[in-house]
Parts: sequence; C-alpha cells; structure tokens
Amino acid sequence: MSNFIPGQPLVAVVQRIEIKKLRQGDNLILGFSIGGGIDQDPGQNPFSDDKADKGIYVTRITPGGPAETADLRMGDKIMQVNGYDMTMMTHDQARKRLTKKNEDVVRLLVTRKSLEEAVKNSMGGYQRQ
Amino acid sequence: MDTESTHSGYSYHSSRSGRSNRHGDRSRERHKASSKDSVRSERSVVINPPDTPSQESPVTNGEPLPGEPTPAEDQGDDAQDDNWGETTTAVTGTSELSISQEEVVGLGKGLHDRTEDFRRYLPLAVGSLVGLLVLATPLAFLLLPVFMWPDRLQACGTACEGLFLSLAFKLLILLMAMWALFLKPGRASLPRVCVYRAFLTTLTLLLTMSYWLFFGVRILEAQDEDYHGIVQFAVSLVDSQLFVHYLAVVLLELRHLQPCYSVCVIRSTDGETRHYNIGQLSVQKAALTILEYYYRDFPLHNPALLSASKHRAAKHLAGLKVYNVDAPGNTAGAQPGNGNQSRAMVTAAAKRKDSAHNELYYEEADYERRVRKRRARLVVAVEEAFTHIRRMKKEDEQATPSDIMDVREAALAIFPSMARALQKYLRTTRRQHCHSMESIQKHLAFCLVNNMSPKAFLEGYLAPGPTLQYGPERWMADQWTLVSEASVTSGLKEGSDFLLRCLDFNLAVTVKGIPYIRLTEEFIDPKSHKFILLLQSETSV
Repeated sequence: MSNFIPGQPLVAVVQRIEIKKLRQGDNLILGFSIGGGIDQDPGQNPFSDDKADKGIYVTRITPGGPAETADLRMGDKIMQVNGYDMTMMTHDQARKRLTKKNEDVVRLLVTRKSLEEAVKNSMGGYQRQ
Repeated sequence: MDTESTHSGYSYHSSRSGRSNRHGDRSRERHKASSKDSVRSERSVVINPPDTPSQESPVTNGEPLPGEPTPAEDQGDDAQDDNWGETTTAVTGTSELSISQEEVVGLGKGLHDRTEDFRRYLPLAVGSLVGLLVLATPLAFLLLPVFMWPDRLQACGTACEGLFLSLAFKLLILLMAMWALFLKPGRASLPRVCVYRAFLTTLTLLLTMSYWLFFGVRILEAQDEDYHGIVQFAVSLVDSQLFVHYLAVVLLELRHLQPCYSVCVIRSTDGETRHYNIGQLSVQKAALTILEYYYRDFPLHNPALLSASKHRAAKHLAGLKVYNVDAPGNTAGAQPGNGNQSRAMVTAAAKRKDSAHNELYYEEADYERRVRKRRARLVVAVEEAFTHIRRMKKEDEQATPSDIMDVREAALAIFPSMARALQKYLRTTRRQHCHSMESIQKHLAFCLVNNMSPKAFLEGYLAPGPTLQYGPERWMADQWTLVSEASVTSGLKEGSDFLLRCLDFNLAVTVKGIPYIRLTEEFIDPKSHKFILLLQSETSV
C-alpha cells in the first residue's frame, strides 16, 4: 500500500483468500463491496495510506456473508483476482472480474497494513526494500 | 476641592451646565421652585448636610425629568465627594453684592471671545486684501496710461480687443477661484500660522510687487506709447496669478486628499479607539482633521461611567499603611525611601487575597441585568404610548375639535406615559444629564412628524451617540490643547505621536504610514478553466 511509485514494480505482502460465491436467487454474491479504481477519486478513499493510490479496496463486508467467513477484512486492497491484476483497473472492470457468472470461486490476493507489520515483527530487524 | 469651583465655568455660555460633566449623575432635584432661579448661575448651590447630597441638577435647558428619588446605587458614588457641599460654599459667593469666582472668569471670557472673533476673521481679511490687490493691479496697469498720457498712446486694433476680452474672463475666473478657495471664515483657529498659506501670500505679493516695479520703471517713467505691449504686460500678470492659484490648489487642497498615513486615536478615559487615513498634513492640520472626526465618530464622553474603576483602584491600596520605623519624620531621608515604600505596598497588595475580580464579575452581571430589565420596560412603554396617537385621516375631520392636535400637543400628550420609564433607564445607564425634558419632547415631535416607529424614536436614547448630537454645551470645542514634541507646523511622520488634551480626557494619537503595496498581475486564460468529474462509487459484489 505504501511505496507506490507509478511505473515501478510494486512489492507487497499479500494474503491469499478464497471465497466461495453464494447463490441468492439468480445471482452469485460474494458479500462485500468494493471502491476505488483508476477512474475514481483516490483522495476520498478512507482506507489507503497513500492518497494517490487508485487501487481497488474493500469498503464493506456483509456480516455473515462468504467474504466474512473467508476472513476478508474491510480496508483490504485487492491485488489479484483469479490471477488477473487489479491494481490498474477501472471500477467497472473490477466489478466485472469479480462477478463472472461462470466462476464459483474467486481467489483473491489482498494486502493490508497489518500484514506488513506482522512480517516485520516476525523477522526481527530485517528491513524489506 | 478647589477644582470643583474653578471648573464650574467651562465657558461663558454654558454656565448652567458647567458642572454637568462631573456631577451629572446627581440630578435628583425635587424642589422645582429653587431650581428655576438657580439655573442661571451656580452661586446658589443648595446646601445640604453631607449624607444627603442633593445639588440642583444643572441639566442643560430646562427642568430635570420627573421621576423617582435616587436609586440606592447612586449613593455609592457620593462617598468620595462628601464634603463638596461645605467647601464649595466657602468659595462661591452667596450674597448679591459680592462677585463670585464665576463672574470674574466670565469677564475674562468676554474679552477672550472678542479676540477669538478677531482671530477667526483675520485670514478672511487678509485674503480679501490680497485679492483686491491682485484684481486691481491689472486694471490699474491698463487704465493708468490712458489717464496719464492719452494723446500719445497708439490705438491698437483687434489684437488689443482680443486681449481685453481674455483679460476680462481671466480676471473673472481668478475672482471666482479666489472666492472658492480663500474667502471663507476659518473653520478653526490653529495655534500657528499655516506655512503654505503664508508662503503663497508672500509669493503673490512678491509677484505683484515685482510687476509694479517693472511697470513703474519701464512704463510710467518712460511713458511707453505702445499700448499693445502694456496690455500684454497686464495679461501676463493675470496668467501668472492664475498659475500661483493653481499652485495654491495643489498645495492646500490636493496634497491632503491622498491618504498616506494611518492614525490611531485612543481616548484616555475609556479607551475608545478609532483609526483614520489621512494625507500629508502638518501636525496641527492633522489634529484639526482628527478632531472633526472625533466629533462625528466617538460616542459622548461620560465621566459618570468611570467612577467604578476608580473605586476599585482606590480599594486596592486603601488597606495598607506604611510606617517608617527607622528615622523620625526626616523628609530628606525619606526621599530615597519612597521607591521602597511603593514597592513594599505593591508586593503587600499582591499577596493579600482579595476578591476584587469576583466582585467585579457579579457587579457587572447585576448591572447588565438591571439595564436589560429597564430597557424592556422602556420599550414596552414607548410602544404602548405610540399606539395612542394616529395621524389624522380624511374621515376624522368630523371628529370633535378637541381631539385634533398639532404635533407639539400630540408629543406632550403621550410623553408622560413613557417619561418615567425613560428616566429610569437613563439613570441606570448614567446618561440622564445628556437629555433634558424639552429635548426629548422635541425629538418625539420630530419622530411623529416623520412617521417613525417607536424603535426609531428610542434608538437615540439606548446608546450614546456622537458628541455633536447633543447640545453645544457638551462640545467644549474651545478647550482643546495640542501637546506635541515635534513642531506643530512640521509634517506628519511615521511614528510620530501627539496628544490632544481636553478638560477631562485626552486623545492620544499615533501615526503609522500606510504600507507600500506591491501589486503584481497574473493572467488566467478563460479557456483554461476545465473540470473533471470525480466519482467515488461503491458497488457490492
């Protein structure tokens, strides 16, 4: 989430989260809401450290939904969905990626601040570049 | 207490209200009969024992307002001046044959006033003389050759006639310009002569004298025959006079207009502060301008409101007495000890726990509440009084003649119902000496004539207005003294200050320059105003 330099490769500590979609009537839902995107205003994102970060963030988790059971948390930044990169996506493209009707399961790579700190603490004095 | 009696004659014309500014809150006259003949002079002060001081109220024009006897809070003010009744009787005369101090002062004032009139019209007289000289000189230049050697003069034709015409109009313009600029009675009498006026008068006289000199030598003695040349000579004089007049306009009027100093005026007694922008003036002219603004902007000076802080100041050090235990009563030895004495008193007063702040807070809160209550009653009384009066309409013409009144009678009819509330309010805010019954009735008549609402009538009494709003006895326009370290005819400079002293208070004036403003420009292309729409949408998946 930090050290975001446009054009340079991004290094982040990520967590793999697998969510099984739930069928509700005619729809397959995941149980969370997303915000952000390269066509949106990054300054209004309450979850990002760097207010220029135009990534996709999880803004709400439906309680009791599949996302909550899979340990997705509010404020997570979604880096990949089923192998597709989400850091440079418009909002609509991201929504489409997540709501493909022929997929039952989505595998997300998410990053959050607490992950980095956990790594730092567990590694002692080792500093990532 | 000698100050009381010497100040009682502020000016010859205001002997009736001379005391008003100092003891204005003592208007508790109940015996109207004795007040009528004591209004004229302050000799017959009503003598009372010190515990019930009731001096006749020297309210400006007429009788004081009818009202209740003093509220208790006014008695507190008299604690300081208990003995004024007995000491003033010793100074003021009580028999008809003796001349009291006031009359002696009055004699001196009469002479002073005649000198004042002289000083006021002196610039006008000087200006008129110089103006006459200036106007008569070209005409003399033209007419003298015609009378002295008419036969030898060459007649000149149309060129001369053109010159005569231009001379006539230029003289007319010069006459009107002089009248507009110089020929008015002075609006103030300043301590020193204005440098620029003196310079311009000298320049004009010098110019005229040098032209006379040339005329006398070249033309009169040589008896020049070329009339055309003489006329041109006269026209050139008038041209020069017009240019001198232009210089006068620039120096005397235009230079003052462009603001370049900002002055801060603070009244010493209650701290009222105003800021003004003035141009490049001499110190005395600046003082005059500031005084004119003072009469317009500053609220009336009310010494009755200041006594409370003096009480508090007196109480701070009142409980301490300093004893000198070392040497018995040696004044020479006590001199260096005085500094130690005051320091000791200050530290002792600081250590003493006093609740002055507490008292002040509650006193002020109480005063506020009282004023607001009285004000509410006053507003209601006035509104109710105004409902009794209505302008006469067409259909009322059949009403009985006794009901139809003119303005004065109408004012008198509704006045009594609000008089009491108004007087109580004025007493609470310590302004009852500023308004006499007649002035209130006059104001009421004025408001009725102009169809004003009760609120409009009341505004003048709810807050103190500028000094000019009240009668001439409050103005004290002839009592100002300019105290300045720099010469009063020198110009204002950044950082200079001076003091304008009146009898009861001072106006401290400090001068600051208006900063040099550097303004830069920036051009923004109107086509460069473009906007994008920023969304922040949230979709649930």
